[in-house]
Amino acid sequence: MSSNNTSARYSIGIDLGTTHCVLSYLDLAATAEDPSKEAEISVLAIPQLSQPGVIEEKQQLPSFIYRAHEAELSQGELALPWSAEPGTVSEAIISGTIARHLGSKTPIRLVSSAKSWLCHSGIDRHAAVLPMGSPEEVSKISPLTATIEYLEHLSKAWNHQFPDNPLSEQDLTITIPASFDPAARELTAEAASKINCNQLTLLEEPQAAVYNWIKASGDNWREQVSTGDVILVVDIGGGTCDLSLIAVTEEEGNLVLNRVAVGEHILLGGDNMDLALAYRVKAKLAAEGKELQPWQIQAIVQACRDAKEQLLFTSDKRASENSDISEVAIAIPSRGSKLLGKTLRTSLTREEVQETLVEGFFPKVSIDEHPVAARRSALSQKGLPYAQDPAVSRHLAAFLSRQVDATADVFEASAAQEPSGSFIKPSAILFNGGVLKSPVLAERMLAIINQWLSDANAEPARLLSDADLDLGVAIGASYYGYVKKGQGVRIRGGLASTYYVGIESAMPAIPGMEAPIEALCIAPFGMEEGSEAKASEAEFGLVVGEPVHFRFFGSNVRRHDEAGVQLDYWQEGELEELPELQATLPAEGRRVGEVVPVHLVAKVTEIGTLKLEAIAVDSSTEKSEQGEAERWQIELDVRS
Amino acid sequence: MNIDFSSMPSSLDMLHLILALVTALLFVLLLKKPNTENSSLIAEEESLIPDAPIPSSAPEQPAIPQVQLKAATPDSALQLLTLLQQDARFIDFVKEDLSDYSDADIGAAARVVHEGSKKTLDTYFTLDAIRSEDEETRISLPAGFNASEVRLTGNVVGEAPFNGTLVHKGWKVSEAKLPKISEGHDSTIVAPAEVEL
Repeated sequence: MSSNNTSARYSIGIDLGTTHCVLSYLDLAATAEDPSKEAEISVLAIPQLSQPGVIEEKQQLPSFIYRAHEAELSQGELALPWSAEPGTVSEAIISGTIARHLGSKTPIRLVSSAKSWLCHSGIDRHAAVLPMGSPEEVSKISPLTATIEYLEHLSKAWNHQFPDNPLSEQDLTITIPASFDPAARELTAEAASKINCNQLTLLEEPQAAVYNWIKASGDNWREQVSTGDVILVVDIGGGTCDLSLIAVTEEEGNLVLNRVAVGEHILLGGDNMDLALAYRVKAKLAAEGKELQPWQIQAIVQACRDAKEQLLFTSDKRASENSDISEVAIAIPSRGSKLLGKTLRTSLTREEVQETLVEGFFPKVSIDEHPVAARRSALSQKGLPYAQDPAVSRHLAAFLSRQVDATADVFEASAAQEPSGSFIKPSAILFNGGVLKSPVLAERMLAIINQWLSDANAEPARLLSDADLDLGVAIGASYYGYVKKGQGVRIRGGLASTYYVGIESAMPAIPGMEAPIEALCIAPFGMEEGSEAKASEAEFGLVVGEPVHFRFFGSNVRRHDEAGVQLDYWQEGELEELPELQATLPAEGRRVGEVVPVHLVAKVTEIGTLKLEAIAVDSSTEKSEQGEAERWQIELDVRS
Repeated sequence: MNIDFSSMPSSLDMLHLILALVTALLFVLLLKKPNTENSSLIAEEESLIPDAPIPSSAPEQPAIPQVQLKAATPDSALQLLTLLQQDARFIDFVKEDLSDYSDADIGAAARVVHEGSKKTLDTYFTLDAIRSEDEETRISLPAGFNASEVRLTGNVVGEAPFNGTLVHKGWKVSEAKLPKISEGHDSTIVAPAEVEL
């Protein structure tokens, strides 16, 4: 724990989502005064423009930015409570509801899904590229800048409401997908540092969902799970699908939660479902001979979202399912002021929604049916790498199969989980994310998992009672800030992957064949925050004054490689190549072009990011009298 | 042109319901929102809605003996119109001449208006029924009931408790949360013209 976090009055949790941001907070001072009182968490109402000149307070800030044309708006209409003078229209960063609204009619000026771009290794994430593919005169911003702007908006909203306790002085927890690679984590931390936040922790979203569940169940959570349980967290948000496994163990009579595995980054979520429905409606209208214009698709997506919610999210009680809405009418108004006679009308039946969403996204598959062709070739990389297989169940089957041995280390050999089987068997399930608010979809998901379990003669999994699935991640995040102070149970995590640096093996070159590559483990699985791995034995040569590149790999299945282990063979799919690393040695005091031998060492910061450093081999002798060895930071995010 | 009178009542009832609701709301708003912080802004716009109806017979608070008439500013009303136009195409709809269209056409448009109005109401207002009893059942009003919440009609004689049939359960806005408006915003523009390039 760092020394400067004693002054923070609040623990703030920010869910920096692909489609929405939420900020929650917990008064640490109040709970410290009276520890017997239950910690209360509130969600900040975020002032944002909903229309030019109109400010509304909402709990969610849509993660969209609009780059307006000067002639489009007037400056005074962009004022927010904290900025009477927002600057010129073309320079202003317009975020929130208004951005999504304006962008729906002028998509070339809309920045969306910046978070997905932030973990997209195919582009330079510091480069101003968004909105992707827009005309040149639209002033662009980088995925990093977009992230900074969302944080900035939240920070200003906070400071406006709590002028005496600025956000930069509070304990801040930002959630990230468990599947974020080290570079994307580093970029998120960089964005937070740009809003002067210096007490930051990054928390994986599925873990935040678990904290939210713990918070919501009070002390009761200990009765819902017991030693030997494997909790599967399925978090399906607007844009992504995030999976994690948490094993429950016992230590000195206390239950301990261990995050033992995380899934891959899957760009698949509620937005895909709305779009799928919209195209279904479009096809239906086309069959009736009605052609749709692009703007109508936009309206249909919105109408389909509403219809989906009516048909699948029979929200309040199970009983209301009996009210049996079998069909929802979809009306698409004309754009002009003439409404009558120009409104397009069609309908969406329960069967159609069922077929498109339930069968399309949650098909009943067997545990050995996995998504096909998960990776695309590097050539198609100018768009986001959306999941090619829309079936959430197949992605889940792949994850559970891949992580079959995930709990082998945390459970004693004698523990409940028998080693047999081809997949890991969760015994409890926690749902999170807006999509799974639908009882129909949640039940389907549970039924599929239980089918797999019963096929393997295992007990069915229980559904852990959940709280608010929309705000849960943010609430869990601010609760985590409280837990970190020593209150309540903390999930053990550490690195969810083992990381390797590629070394070209020394062998004669053969024409037409790539030199075989070996992988040197530099950061082992489960490395905890604030720890440093053993420096590698292997020496690398860094050229002074020139950037040197390393190939970088991660594995979320090889759990036993210690730092320094060198692999010359691994199975297909065990290691995944990540964006390459770059180290540049400043020329100070050295001759440009000189080769300096270095060791590589990894550490995990308190924030939760991975840091790689090169340590000069000779410095241990030459500079030892002056204290520390010479170290250089290795960039995780290479600017191409 | 054939007008199918058999299907007329159902769709028109829905329309009337929407219209009635919205009109009632506009009134509630005019009454409930006295001088807002923006009142200075709109001085010249007052002429747009010259005579906001103010029932002088119903005192707002019985505790104050002096009857003070509040000048309603059109600001919140204009804002509500804007919201209803945005989400429900309210003005477009009301401004149309229904006589040339079939019920099917009107029905299709009514869905847009209904869905949008509902969304607007749910977002900005918390509406509660004043009486929880079923309509068309007998209820009893004790002495000292709130006369602005419950209106007596028909054979109004005698003294409390009054026994009668609940005709309409009433609506009450328990919370109104309209968006804030920035200083330079012209609220008379309830829907800007749109030009696609």
